[in-house]
Amino acid sequence: MASGEMIVKGGFIIDPTRKIDGDVGDVAIKDGKIVDKVSSSAKVIDAKGKIVMAGAVDVHSHVAGPKVNAGRLMRPEDKLLSGSFRSGMAQKNGYRMESGFSIPSVFKTGYDYARMGYTFVMEAAMPPLLAPHVHEEIHDTPIIDEAALPVFANNWFVMEYLQKGEVENTASYIAWLLKATKGYGVKLVNPGGTAAWAWGLNCLNLNDPVPYFEITPAEIIKGLIEANEYLGLPHSIHLHQNNLGNPGNYPDTIAALKLAEGFKARNKFGREQVMHSTHLQFHSYGGEGWKDFCSKAKEVMDYVNKQKNITIDLGCVTLDETTTMTADGPFEHHLHGLNHLKWTNVDVELETAAGIVPYIYDKNVTPNAVQWATGLELALYAKDMDRTFITTDHPNAGPFTRYPRVIKWLMSKKAREATIASMKNNDKMIGLTNIHAMDRELTLFEIAQMTRSGPAKCLGLGNVYGGLAPGMNADVGIFDLNYKNLPSDAEKIETAFQRAACFIKGGEVIVKDGEVVSHGRKKTVWVKVKMPENPQVTRDVSQAFHQGTYTVDLLNYPVREYLAPHQSVIDVNVEA
Amino acid sequence: MATVTLKPTRVPELIFEGYSITPDAFAGKTAAQIAALPGHEGKIHVTIGDFFAVSGDAGATAAETDIVIDGDCSRVKYIGSKMTAGTVTVNGNADMYVGGWMKGGRIHIRGNMDSFCGIQMEGGELLCDGNAGNHVGCAYRGDWRGMKGGTIRIKGSAGNDIGTFMLGGTIIIEKNAFIHVSTHAEGGTVIIKGDVEGRVGGQMVKGEMYVLGKIKFMMPGYKKVDTVEKEVDGVKATFDHYIGDLGERHPKSKGQVVYANLYLKAAA
Repeated sequence: MASGEMIVKGGFIIDPTRKIDGDVGDVAIKDGKIVDKVSSSAKVIDAKGKIVMAGAVDVHSHVAGPKVNAGRLMRPEDKLLSGSFRSGMAQKNGYRMESGFSIPSVFKTGYDYARMGYTFVMEAAMPPLLAPHVHEEIHDTPIIDEAALPVFANNWFVMEYLQKGEVENTASYIAWLLKATKGYGVKLVNPGGTAAWAWGLNCLNLNDPVPYFEITPAEIIKGLIEANEYLGLPHSIHLHQNNLGNPGNYPDTIAALKLAEGFKARNKFGREQVMHSTHLQFHSYGGEGWKDFCSKAKEVMDYVNKQKNITIDLGCVTLDETTTMTADGPFEHHLHGLNHLKWTNVDVELETAAGIVPYIYDKNVTPNAVQWATGLELALYAKDMDRTFITTDHPNAGPFTRYPRVIKWLMSKKAREATIASMKNNDKMIGLTNIHAMDRELTLFEIAQMTRSGPAKCLGLGNVYGGLAPGMNADVGIFDLNYKNLPSDAEKIETAFQRAACFIKGGEVIVKDGEVVSHGRKKTVWVKVKMPENPQVTRDVSQAFHQGTYTVDLLNYPVREYLAPHQSVIDVNVEA
Repeated sequence: MATVTLKPTRVPELIFEGYSITPDAFAGKTAAQIAALPGHEGKIHVTIGDFFAVSGDAGATAAETDIVIDGDCSRVKYIGSKMTAGTVTVNGNADMYVGGWMKGGRIHIRGNMDSFCGIQMEGGELLCDGNAGNHVGCAYRGDWRGMKGGTIRIKGSAGNDIGTFMLGGTIIIEKNAFIHVSTHAEGGTVIIKGDVEGRVGGQMVKGEMYVLGKIKFMMPGYKKVDTVEKEVDGVKATFDHYIGDLGERHPKSKGQVVYANLYLKAAA
C-alpha cells in the first residue's frame, strides 16, 4: 500500500508544526509521504468526529539492548499476568504472541507503541561494546522506527581527551563511535559517576573528581556540548544528570542545566537546544531525607522556562510495579539497598556500566506519591510545550504503555484529584507538592507539541517526523476523541490514546480499531559523520584494541551491516 | 449449596489447562454453560466439556458452589486456581498449580498433587491426602512475594522448595520433605512432621519452621539459642530452638533484631 494513494478525511487536525489546532480537514498521502492532494481514486479513511495527529515520537525509552534483555530474564514474573500469550486472533493472522508488562517482549513493544500511534522511538542508552545486540533487538521490534544513543560520559577515551581539553579529538572519537555502533547521538549517564563506580565510588556533585581520570562531571558535560556542536549533530547532548533520585538534588540539577548557558545550537537540522535533560522528574527533589522529600518542580522549571537552549522530558512516575534499569550503576546499587529486591549489575569495559532492580511505585508510600506529583508538575509549570516532552523513562518510572494515563492526568484536574484522593497519605503528599493547587489542564494541541512536534525537532528530525505538512512521512494517528466535545470522563481520553482508532505509518495502515493489522516497514536511523581523518584518534583507538585494553578485536567491534538491515542514514558533513 | 460433578471422559493428549475449574467461574451457570467454559490444550482453545461430562448446576455465587471431580486429573492443571470461595474436591490425582493464587474456599485432593500447588496463595484451605510435588506454597518463579495466607496440609510427603519467599499462612507436611524449606521467607509457618534432607531456612529473614523428624544437613547460618516445650499441630514435644539465617539481613522490631525461628524436635 505504500505506493498507493490515501486520504484521511474530515478529522479534527492537530498539527503544531503548522499551528493547526482542531480545524476540520483532510490529510492526503502518496508514496509514503504526505502530499497536497490526491486523485479521487485514493483510498478514503474516515476520521469524522475524531482527532488526527502526526505519528508520535518518543525521545527517551529503554526498549532494546543487553540491559533490557537482562531485565526480561531476571523477571519472569513480569510476564505472568500480562500480555496476550494466546491471542487466537493474532496467531491466526500471523502475529507474534506478546508478553511482559514493564519489560515487554520486542513484539509487544512494537505493537503497543503502534497501538498508541507512535512512529519513532529513541533507545536511550546503548553500551557501545554491546551495540550489535542493541541493533539485533531493534531489528526484531516490529513497526516502529528506532535509533539508539551510545553512552559517552564515562568512556575512557572521552575522559582522557576532555581532561586535556581536546574537544576536536573528542569530536573525532564521537564520529568514529557513532559510525562503529550505528548510533544516533551523544548520551550522558551520570557523567563520571558510573566510571567512579568501578572504584566503588560515585560523583553526586558536578565537581566531584572522577578517580584516576581527574576530571569532573561539569567538565565532561561542557566538553561534550562543545564536541556535539563542533560536529553539528542532529540531536544535542542527551543528559541523565548526576545525583539521580536523591532528596535535595534540585540545586545540582539547576547547576548542570546552567552549564548550557552561552552555547548556541550549530546544526542544519532545525534543532535549537544544546542540552536535552532527560527524566527531569528524578532530578527535581527537595528535602534532606525521605521524611521531608518534596517536589522542587517549580524551581527547576522556572529555570528551564527562561533558558531557551534546553529541552527536557518528564520521566513521569505512573504508580506501577516496574523494573528500573540504567547505565547509572551506582544508583541501582543504592536502590537495591532501599528495597532489598533482586539486583543485577554489570560493567562494560572502558565504556559504561548498568544495573537493574525491580521497583514498586506505591501510591500509599509518600515519597512515591511525591514523585508522581513532581513529574506532572514539571509539565504543568512548563511554558514552552515544544521543549517539554512526555516520557516515563520507560521502564524506570513506569512502562511506556502508561503514556495515555499521563496524558489523562495532564489534561484533567479531575483525574489528578481522583488519584490524589485514592492515596492513603494524601494530606502529607499535598503538603510536600504543589499539584493539588494547580488548575492547569493541558490542551490536545499542547499534548501534540509534547509528543510530536517537540521531540521530533529536538532530535533534529522535524523535517520528516512530528507533523502533517506535505513532504513529511505519512505517519498519521486517528484517535476517537471529539475535539469540539471532549468527554467529561477523563478515562475516555486515556482509552482513546491507548488504542488508536487508526494508525498509518509510511502510508500503510498499521492499526485499525486498536488492533495491529500490519508489521509495517520499520527503519533503523543512525547518524554518519563525514570528516577528515584524525590520525591521533585513529591511532588511540587502534592501540586500545591492539594493546589489549579492550578484550575484543577492533574487527569484531563495529555493528555489521546485516544486523541493521533497514537503515536510514543521516549524513553530517564536517569541514576541516 | 449446589454441587457440580465433573466426570472425566477423555485424557488430554497434552495437558488440559483447567483454569476455569473454580467455583468462581462456575457460579450462576447451568451444567451446559459450565461445559462450554474455556480452557487450553497447548495453544488450542478447548472447553471443559471436551474432557468432562458435567452434571448439576452451580449455585448463584462461588460460596454456594461445590465442585466434585469424580476421577483422575493427572493431566489437568490449575484446578481451583484463583478461587475465592466454595469447594473443589478431586477424587483422584491432580496436576500442577492446584489452588495457585487462591484467596478463599476449600480444595480437597484425595490423591496426589504435582508441583506448584498453592503458589502465592492468599487464603483458604488446601488439603491433599497423598503426596505433593515441588514448590508447595512458594512464589511464582522470579517473584519475591510467596504465599501470604491460608493453610496447605499435605498428608503425605513433598518434594523441594516448600514455602519459598513465604510471607504468611501455614504449610503442614505430615511426612517428609526434600530440600529448600522456607528459603527467603519473611513470615508464615512451615511444619514438617517427618524428616528433611537439608537447606532448611536458607536466607530466611522472618517466620517459623517446625521439624518433628530429623534434618539430615543443617544450614550453617542457624544458631541454637534454647530448648522449649511447644504444642504444634496437636503434637506436644520438646524442641531445640534455633535462630537464623544469620547470613541474611534482619529487620528490627522495638529495638530487637527479628530472626527466623527453627524448632527442631529434640532428641529423646
